[in-house]
Amino acid sequence: MTYAQRAFIVLWKDVVTERRSKATLNALLFFSLMLLFLFQFTLGGDRERLVSALPGLLWLGFVLSGLVGLGRTFLLERENDCWDGLLLTPGDKSAIYLGKVAGNLLLMLVVEVILLALFALFFNVDVARALPALSLVLPLGTVGFAAVGTLFAVMTAHVRAREVLFPVLLLPVEVPVLLASVKATEAALAGEPLSAVAPWLQLLVAADVVYLVAGVLTFDALLEG
Amino acid sequence: MRGLRKAFGRHLVLDGVDLDVGHGEAVALLGANGAGKTTLLRVAATLVRPTSGRVLVGGADGGRDPEAARRHLGFLGHGTWLYEDLTAYENLRFWATLGGRPASASALRAALAAVELERWGDERVRQFSAGMKRRVSIARLLIAQPRVLLLDEPFTGLDQRSAKWLEEHLQAFKSAGGAVLMSTHSFGRGFGVADRAAILAGGRIAADVAVASLGSEGVRRLYEVTVEDGP
Repeated sequence: MTYAQRAFIVLWKDVVTERRSKATLNALLFFSLMLLFLFQFTLGGDRERLVSALPGLLWLGFVLSGLVGLGRTFLLERENDCWDGLLLTPGDKSAIYLGKVAGNLLLMLVVEVILLALFALFFNVDVARALPALSLVLPLGTVGFAAVGTLFAVMTAHVRAREVLFPVLLLPVEVPVLLASVKATEAALAGEPLSAVAPWLQLLVAADVVYLVAGVLTFDALLEG
Repeated sequence: MRGLRKAFGRHLVLDGVDLDVGHGEAVALLGANGAGKTTLLRVAATLVRPTSGRVLVGGADGGRDPEAARRHLGFLGHGTWLYEDLTAYENLRFWATLGGRPASASALRAALAAVELERWGDERVRQFSAGMKRRVSIARLLIAQPRVLLLDEPFTGLDQRSAKWLEEHLQAFKSAGGAVLMSTHSFGRGFGVADRAAILAGGRIAADVAVASLGSEGVRRLYEVTVEDGP
């Protein structure tokens, strides 16, 4: 059994479970809609303010909905003591981590695409011309977010105050990813070439690699607790 | 297990447990509520680190090399390890693949048939009764083919027919050289499988006797005396 097959079975399980229960997706979509209404209410029809704030608002929406989704990553494993099963399963545990990251990435990307479409609809913004650039920036930003989020989700899964601790731990570490993502999204929405924000994209790629490697190396120890 | 101690904060649950389970042997672990049976099984399964002492599973040191110990282990605790929104078949497929023993569809169906759930294989586990979920967990163990079984009250929730089947399966597992350590409250169902009874009281093995020499009634009396008097 290869490492990739073990990672894939974790991803498959999370996707099938979510597709059937829709527990996280429904919560995230509802949460996203609430955010949109709130933004719409605050910004009203001031188009100039809206355009300048849009990249930040988009990522604020992604981050807040991501926090809700990532925080639930290991709740499923606590049900029926499945966590024990993951622990006792022989083999490299980092395959479980990568499967979980892939599952979170998929879920977050689905929510981001829906949020983006809703933003375009609610605020009457033309995002179509920015789509090629965004299709690079959004996954890059989300990989970093999911990589660290999955790691901190396992760290805090058994902590009593995890709802408080999880974002407190996660957000400071995500600062480089968020700054780079917002800058790159700003350029994409303004119709600028991504080469104009190459240093930010490089930072994003570097952060993704560092966070993923750190996750692969430390997940086993964190799962053991 | 040698000199096994486990404390949760100031509360000492296990206080120097020595216990051997040989090949082809089943040991029933008896003890009052809170005596530490579940803790002992979880330490033996490498799920909980002991405060001190040593656990060897199939020659592998559970403390130093839990990964090696886990390759020999099959564990059935209070939790079923089942994902409620997956079917019974999908649950078995998941654990078999993750455990590095990918089983063919026919092998998975055969395991479900062995626990008389072949008709329910494609139903979501969420719809199952507690006894049916327990049987799926047992099917998971069948596929994993461990050499050592650690079972925490395995007969709980099973009907007469399933309990009888499990007894027969455990007898066959022993005959094939497997080792079984199972906690139980009952001197009836499943007790017939046990070769020895180890009574846990005061954090230690207060008595370790051959079931054949005393009979289940004799073990019951010894249990009552031991648990009432303490070690």
